[in-house]
Amino acid sequence: MNALLIVCGLGFVSLLSEIINFKKGLHAVVIAGLIAAALTVAQDWNSTAHYFNNMLIFDQFSIAFSCLIMIVAAAWFCLAPAYFIGDAHQTDRTALVVFTIVGAIMMVSFHNMTILFLGIEILSISLYVLAGSNKESFFSNEAAFKYFIMGSFATGFLLMGIALVYGTTGSFDITKITEYVTLHKADLPGFFYVGLFLMLIGLAFKIAVVPFHFWAPDVYAGSPTLITAFMSTVVKIAAVGAFYKIFSNCFSPVQGSITSAVIVIIVLTLLVANITAVYQNNVKRMLAYSSVAQVGYILLGMISDSVKFEGPLLYYLASYATTSLVAFGILYMIENSKGSTSLEAFAGLYSKNPFAAVCMTIALLSLAGIPPFAGFFAKYSVLSMAIDGNYIEMVILAIITSLIGVFYYFKPIMAMFGQRSEDQLHFSQGQKFIVGVLTLLIILMGLFPDTLISLIG
Amino acid sequence: MILLFLILWPLVTALGIYAFQPANAKVVAFVSSLIEFFIFLSLLIQFDSREPGAWTYQVPWIPSLGINFIVGVDGISLLLVLLTTGLVPFIILSSFKMPRQKSPNFYALILIMQMALVGVFTALDGFLFYVFWEMALIPIYFICLIWGDENKVRVTFKFFIYTLAGSLFMLIALLFLYYQTPGNHSFDIQALYNAGRALSVFQQGVIFWGLFLAFAIKMPIFPFHTWQPDTYTVAPMEGTMLLSGIMLKMGFYGLIRWLMPIVPLGVKEWGFTAITLSVVGIVYASVIAINQKDFKRLIAYASIAHVGLISAGLLTSSRLGMQGALIQMISHGILAFALFYICEIISNRSNTRIISSLGGLRTNAPILTTVFVIVILGTIALPFTSGFVGEFLLLNALFHYNVILGAVGGLTIILGAVYLLPAFQYMMLGKNHAPAVDITDLTRHEKIVLYPIVILVFLIGVHPDPLLHISEVAVTDLLEVFSTFSANVK
Repeated sequence: MNALLIVCGLGFVSLLSEIINFKKGLHAVVIAGLIAAALTVAQDWNSTAHYFNNMLIFDQFSIAFSCLIMIVAAAWFCLAPAYFIGDAHQTDRTALVVFTIVGAIMMVSFHNMTILFLGIEILSISLYVLAGSNKESFFSNEAAFKYFIMGSFATGFLLMGIALVYGTTGSFDITKITEYVTLHKADLPGFFYVGLFLMLIGLAFKIAVVPFHFWAPDVYAGSPTLITAFMSTVVKIAAVGAFYKIFSNCFSPVQGSITSAVIVIIVLTLLVANITAVYQNNVKRMLAYSSVAQVGYILLGMISDSVKFEGPLLYYLASYATTSLVAFGILYMIENSKGSTSLEAFAGLYSKNPFAAVCMTIALLSLAGIPPFAGFFAKYSVLSMAIDGNYIEMVILAIITSLIGVFYYFKPIMAMFGQRSEDQLHFSQGQKFIVGVLTLLIILMGLFPDTLISLIG
Repeated sequence: MILLFLILWPLVTALGIYAFQPANAKVVAFVSSLIEFFIFLSLLIQFDSREPGAWTYQVPWIPSLGINFIVGVDGISLLLVLLTTGLVPFIILSSFKMPRQKSPNFYALILIMQMALVGVFTALDGFLFYVFWEMALIPIYFICLIWGDENKVRVTFKFFIYTLAGSLFMLIALLFLYYQTPGNHSFDIQALYNAGRALSVFQQGVIFWGLFLAFAIKMPIFPFHTWQPDTYTVAPMEGTMLLSGIMLKMGFYGLIRWLMPIVPLGVKEWGFTAITLSVVGIVYASVIAINQKDFKRLIAYASIAHVGLISAGLLTSSRLGMQGALIQMISHGILAFALFYICEIISNRSNTRIISSLGGLRTNAPILTTVFVIVILGTIALPFTSGFVGEFLLLNALFHYNVILGAVGGLTIILGAVYLLPAFQYMMLGKNHAPAVDITDLTRHEKIVLYPIVILVFLIGVHPDPLLHISEVAVTDLLEVFSTFSANVK
């Protein structure tokens, strides 16, 4: 809870710093504040704290996920000074991002549907603005508008769903909903299931799975690259965390009826996202489809055994976030130097910028699920759980789509190493350092997954 | 501990190489691989085949999932580690005059490859084995992608996709076995053995194909071989040597350690099919090899033919077949290295590998020709060369298994002569078809690389006992498991 207050405070500081003319140190203050907040929240590791009549509960799950969100956000801030410093809207942008993080923390620690709704809205509304923050770009405007229309549509579904569930169970509280559903499993009214599926649709929009993913590629490709990085890391962790909480808690008694719907979503996501990604020539767009596909694998783990999946989920999201930061970080540098994120911009990167090429390659190999990198172990834990849960057909599908994944993840690799080019990239020592550290983390997480994977659950 | 050192040392030097001048990278890599080899020799001397467990090193790796870092050796893995640690110094030495010699990245990749290979041959935990197996793929892919010839991007990617597809099926098979182990599940090889042997015949058959696919693609066996000729041709010389000299042995080792003891009934059920495929591959590849114009491509097809015989012999699960396969793996590694090196020497000097545009090279290069003929005779398994011992044992085993298959497999020797000798004759003897080509004889450096190989070819051919002796106990143990199990379950 203190962490939430600290992050909120950071948001207000960012807003006020425009007036008190404290722009210079703001970036460093935000990073320090986020790390401090992460440490604060980590201190309560062994206790479960309840706030506001159980509206917010910080148990191990929420603590682990909030920490992850704040650490990833801090790493993102380190990578993204160019987005803030020197810009006329530095303070506004900082405040918006910080408030997004507030929403994200609420989304992984809610215990009440209203808080879930509030969290999603705080997160989304800031993001709508951030997606359009490159005001001169036509695509950025398109992204913001599309995101806003689609996002509010999804929110409507979610709200309607929550209302119907409330109508059945008479409560917003997750525990009470669970108790009610368990007790009255046999005579739940039809509109309860309607509510259930409306919530599922609303959340599926937010985690961008097929067929509710149509906004994702355009929004990801149109937003400024650093904001795309933020969306596919911090926002993804929060959205998937919220989905998991809903799926494994209040609907666990009726999981059977949801599972079949989720299986359809998984099949579609794995197939459509992976196959579409193969045809992308723009690496940014390709990474957008890849991020849709990754959620498909996460859902497969979730339906296999939602209780046991808690640890692997944290690991999966942590590894995916680290990898994404590296990939988008390098993508940003390439865009900065060459003005394009197309595959051609990657050609021959290895000959003059071996460091960037090697980091990008490690990130892509990790995304493709090749050992010994973190992404492999993440995918491995999903496949392992799916085999244990007897989803053999799904495992074979996941294997085939992973192979399809190799087709597109290797396109930039082949361009980087298979051709020659004399272009130099410009990137600062600080960015180089952060990217290097994150790349090292990808390897270390892959070699020593045990600490993270058995942290919770 | 010594095994851990053998695995970590190449990795440490692969990173340490960047502390030196790029021009010195090759020397650092060479010295590192020599140290590795001598450390291994010290293990080999102390090794007592009655107590293979003495060298096992074990630490928990991912305890929550029952995954441990276990490495150990018995006679069989010892031979393969011998091949790996022995051949890598030669491969590095042979690269000293190549255009890649100034790149530390190149040598770092070779050393990482060596680490992964030693890991594959010593891992005693299914998950660890899989990780090393895949880790061996990454460096070789980049060696071929960065330093390969034209068309490399498409060809190397095909290679990558093929092998990755195979190994993913292996992963699923291993995972399935993992969930058959009792209690909290474990990837320990002994636990997997017990789990696999307890399965029904049908299930063992399924597991057999899951694992066999991965190994068959790696070797490669007909009809999973289509990546191989292109990749061997396009890859830089050192890459081809690593691929054919050491990496394809991962497939055989997988058969011996991770397939045959796990699903003995599966082998019984499907062994005949797999052997038939191998034998078909022998004839198929040999016939194609006859028509090859590019000498490197010819050797690539020859490799498929030889590999087919090894896998056929292994799958007979007899003592002759196993011992023959082990000897032949060593011999094939040495000979493939020498063949590809000679091919590179010729093509570097004459700027072509096309057989028909070469000829009469003997006039200016008598020593090269002599070495070449010895290597070729070894490859077509003339008595008193290393190739003979292995092929003799393998064919013998195949005859005992099935006379027709044995007879067809025996064609490998005849066909080997049919495609290799004319090519040799055309390139080295007779008139010089390309008078512009001014070929010089072996340099001192090349002699240093090739003479030990020639000696080894004869040494193994005349006196193979020490090698057979190393693996004898391990093979006996394996056969015992095999026969007792087959007797218990009808």
